[in-house]
Amino acid sequence: MTKVLTSRFDLKGEACDIDVYLKTGGYQALAKSLKELKPEQVLDEVKKSALRGRGGAGFPTGMKWSFVPKESKRPKYVVCNADESEPGTGKDRDLMRYDPHQLIEGMVIAAYCLNAKDNYIYIRGEYWYIKEILEKAIAQAYERGYLGKNVLGSGFECNLYVHPGAGAYICGEETALLESLEGKRGHPRLKPPFPAVVGLYGGPTVVNNVETLAAVPWIIINGGEAYKALGTEKSGGTKMFTVSGHVARPGNYEVPMGYPLMKLINEDCGGIPGGRKLKAVIPGGSSVPIITAEESEKVNMDYESVGTVGSMLGSGGVIVMDETTDIFETTRNVTHFYKHESCGWCTPCREGTRWLYKVFERMHRYEGRPGDVELLDDLADKILGKSFCPLGDAAAMPVQSAIKKFREDFDRRIKHTLVQINKAAD
Amino acid sequence: MYTESNEKKLDEIISHYPVKRSAILPALYIAQDEHGHVTDDDIRYLAKRLDMRVNEVEEVVTFYSMYSRKPIGKYKLQVCRTLSCMLQGAEQITEHISHKLGCEIGGTTPDGKFTLQEVECLGYCDLAPCLQVNFDYHEKISTESVDQLIDSLK
Repeated sequence: MTKVLTSRFDLKGEACDIDVYLKTGGYQALAKSLKELKPEQVLDEVKKSALRGRGGAGFPTGMKWSFVPKESKRPKYVVCNADESEPGTGKDRDLMRYDPHQLIEGMVIAAYCLNAKDNYIYIRGEYWYIKEILEKAIAQAYERGYLGKNVLGSGFECNLYVHPGAGAYICGEETALLESLEGKRGHPRLKPPFPAVVGLYGGPTVVNNVETLAAVPWIIINGGEAYKALGTEKSGGTKMFTVSGHVARPGNYEVPMGYPLMKLINEDCGGIPGGRKLKAVIPGGSSVPIITAEESEKVNMDYESVGTVGSMLGSGGVIVMDETTDIFETTRNVTHFYKHESCGWCTPCREGTRWLYKVFERMHRYEGRPGDVELLDDLADKILGKSFCPLGDAAAMPVQSAIKKFREDFDRRIKHTLVQINKAAD
Repeated sequence: MYTESNEKKLDEIISHYPVKRSAILPALYIAQDEHGHVTDDDIRYLAKRLDMRVNEVEEVVTFYSMYSRKPIGKYKLQVCRTLSCMLQGAEQITEHISHKLGCEIGGTTPDGKFTLQEVECLGYCDLAPCLQVNFDYHEKISTESVDQLIDSLK
């Protein structure tokens, strides 16, 4: 299997050193871009690759870049979203700590394509040691002329800074991230205007996930068509999946788009320990709808196939749950997360997530009232599509899908009257 | 206000941005590093230093979960409570630590050494369950390994 992103992972972090990176083909894509390709040609290759945003939304990267106006009075920026916080996801962590130069190279190529001088990596504050790895790598890149006033003698100036977040999931939403980078609370902005037109400090800004940018050097060297050919017709290339939960070998796996989910679980991850059966999978981070074991059999890991069972590929955080798992409890856990991370800006999300959790709490104590399951479903419905940013949807979808597919785990939490129990026994 | 090296660091950070205010998040880490938590003086000082109003700094500090306005223990133990860690028994580990330290979740031991917190996803889902001691990650923890870890923290 072709490794686009993880080819240096076996070096266990040695590639953090620029000499090792150079020896293994590093910075050749940047040299090629600056010497042989015009910015439009770089954009062309990225468009041809069918690369889609790997942070969760899956927006075509080439299209995102092409929204940036050529002429702009304000400076343009490339911002890397390294605020990896989606429960179930730890891929950007390894991409940065095992191969930081790959990300840096991808960013400089993107900056060259869009003519952006100052660029930022916004990394979650908890990843402090990775911030230090990145800063060391950046210093090396400056020393060798891959960053700085005159990148590889081309006349192109490119600076790169690492900016730490401070523990707010919402800052993974791109406009909230920009607010945070400007030194404010991470409240999402109204769109449009989209960041590509009005972004950081009012300048046109491209915000891309770590994995997205890390794929760019390979695309430049091997061509967009070759990248696309690794995956399916509509979902090009490879994708990293963080597999966690009830599997023998949890970890990060890079596989081609369209890879069967059960193959990933059973072969790559060694299946479920103890001979237990699969109960459910969350295929793309905690925000996406849960799928049943039966549905998992049919699913391939690409945007379209996961969509056919009503879920999403999201960030690629695959959470596997065996037959001993109580889906009510897992959903309660996830709802606590969204309640905690709701930024408080808009009412449906701020009030809705709290109310949801309140109902979950009483059901947790087996004190659910008749009608509480319907109430949860209705509350989720009142958040879905009505919040300012997608965090509301991310809170609502897991609840609704869990109720739909694992209703019995919820019904057990309702305090039944004696009459109802007798009825059920009949 | 801060040590010379931290003041220099702060100058360097400010130079990364066209707007001084952008340096507030990294600056607050420096404040916290020096004083253990963000003090009222830190807020007034940073407001002046970064051309912000005092209330603007305050609203940033209170929004982000990694800053503390109150003194906390020398070692902040943060156990991840979110789904992947929960599936691997994080809850029992938190209870174990709480019992061992005689300290409630969210509380600090009387000697000021440990603060125990339950936090949301730390991004170590495939290495669950996980725990952070200040900025250091510990992966695939167990009740035995946290016992050893805590005993080793002086």
